[in-house]
Amino acid sequence: MNSPTIYSHDDPVLQLDSISVRYRVLREPVTSIKEYALRWLRSKNSYADFWALKNISLSIQPGEAVGIIGANGAGKSTLLKIIARVLRPTDGRVRVRGVVAPILTLGAGFDPEMTGRENIYLNGAMLGFSRSDMNKKMATLLEFSGLGDFIDVPIRTYSDGMVARLAFAIATDVKSDLLLIDEILTVGDINFQEKCKIRINTYKETGTTILVVSHNLKTVEELCDRVIWLEHGVIRAEGKAADVIAAYEDEREQPIIGNIQVTHA
Amino acid sequence: MALPLYDSEKTRHPIADEIFSLYRHHHLLRELITRNIKTRYKRSVMGVAWTMLNPLLTMLVLYVVFSQLFAFSLPQYLVYLLSGLVLWNFFAQSTVAAMRDLVWSGGLLQRIFIPRALFAVAAIGTGLVNLLLALVPLVIIMLVTGAQLSPAILFLPVSLTIACMFALGVGLGLSALAVFFADIVDMYQILLLAWMYLTPIFYPIDILAPKYTWLITANPMYYILECFRAPIYLGILPDGNIFIKAIIAATVSMLLGSWLFARKSDEFSYYL
Repeated sequence: MNSPTIYSHDDPVLQLDSISVRYRVLREPVTSIKEYALRWLRSKNSYADFWALKNISLSIQPGEAVGIIGANGAGKSTLLKIIARVLRPTDGRVRVRGVVAPILTLGAGFDPEMTGRENIYLNGAMLGFSRSDMNKKMATLLEFSGLGDFIDVPIRTYSDGMVARLAFAIATDVKSDLLLIDEILTVGDINFQEKCKIRINTYKETGTTILVVSHNLKTVEELCDRVIWLEHGVIRAEGKAADVIAAYEDEREQPIIGNIQVTHA
Repeated sequence: MALPLYDSEKTRHPIADEIFSLYRHHHLLRELITRNIKTRYKRSVMGVAWTMLNPLLTMLVLYVVFSQLFAFSLPQYLVYLLSGLVLWNFFAQSTVAAMRDLVWSGGLLQRIFIPRALFAVAAIGTGLVNLLLALVPLVIIMLVTGAQLSPAILFLPVSLTIACMFALGVGLGLSALAVFFADIVDMYQILLLAWMYLTPIFYPIDILAPKYTWLITANPMYYILECFRAPIYLGILPDGNIFIKAIIAATVSMLLGSWLFARKSDEFSYYL
């Protein structure tokens, strides 16, 4: 059920049609029922609407590596969550074909009290794999993560880099059709970062689609064919990696008012 | 090979959708239950043995306190007390865990799609495993005190199914509310305490003055407990009337709980 898929045609693996995401926040946050009820009675529960994404349309082909760049709060992580089906869009339609790996982000998803090995079982099970499936993969997982004897020690004793290595090893060893990476490539030493890049490139060749969110423009440029620049929840520019990144850097140096159009060369 | 396809516009009925994806994630359910049982006593020396010792020691404390009061009216008071405690602990612990685990699972739910009811189902599953372990000291107490094991105990799987359904419904409803209102967690603890005293766990129902018996008969846990206790303590099948009321309580709880959960579950990740 979860084996990789070879595509013989060019159907998009991911299709977003006019996606919008609204976060509705109470102007004065309440977490107690009493407060909520009192305000509701006085109809004082006023909301502030915040549109994290506005009218995003996007289509990604199998095997593409797409980078998403933009300032903090531009909606990059929200976009990944929509694709991972973790958030349901307020408006618009999402279609994803194939197995989506857990969003690779720092920290979350591991139980600190459990050992690395137990967390491998847990994470494998999230993707639909049994214990014996994961045992077969254990050797390569150990090799790639380089954790050695630490694999049988609770995760709470790991360093950030070790957690990242384990997370990356699991998410990429269990081969999926869509890999979502949120700022994880910047941790770990140079060696590990190189290993990650090699693995990502191998996956691209076998048809896995990759989305990378990063502030590290150099990494994005190295890994991605196409880059999307998000600003305040809308697509500001989209096109060949080098062009979009150049435009983005340009503007960061001297803010220009107006639209920059970057097209496929 | 058919590829799994996610289309945000093509949603089945939310409850059917949830049951379907629960089935697809049965490996994860097993891992979550294993984790719950392992991590609960991870740092303690005696480990899982606490699952059996805990009700046994609670029983001893209650026995010392209450035996003077009720022992004369209840033969085999230890068995009466322990069977009540075991089922009550199952209900209290698994519903609290269902609520707490969903709130704490935020990190997982932000990274990958998993059926959100999985945490409640895993909590009830964990409770059931703990209950089965706690039956071991119960049987020992029965053997030691010379109580008779009757073939009626073969009815226990039915009683436990009813208890699980009731607990799952309550757990789902509570966890849906707890995502939006953190104080549900504390309120429920207080409610549980009152609820425990209103359930005939360590006292016989006939000690209540007739004008207060409605307090018991209005309590769904009374019927669920009786279905579990009758085969063990009395060695007979539960009374038909009580059995039907227990089934009604479990069904209503499941329907209400899953309706509330399904209605709210799409909003969870905005709040967790």
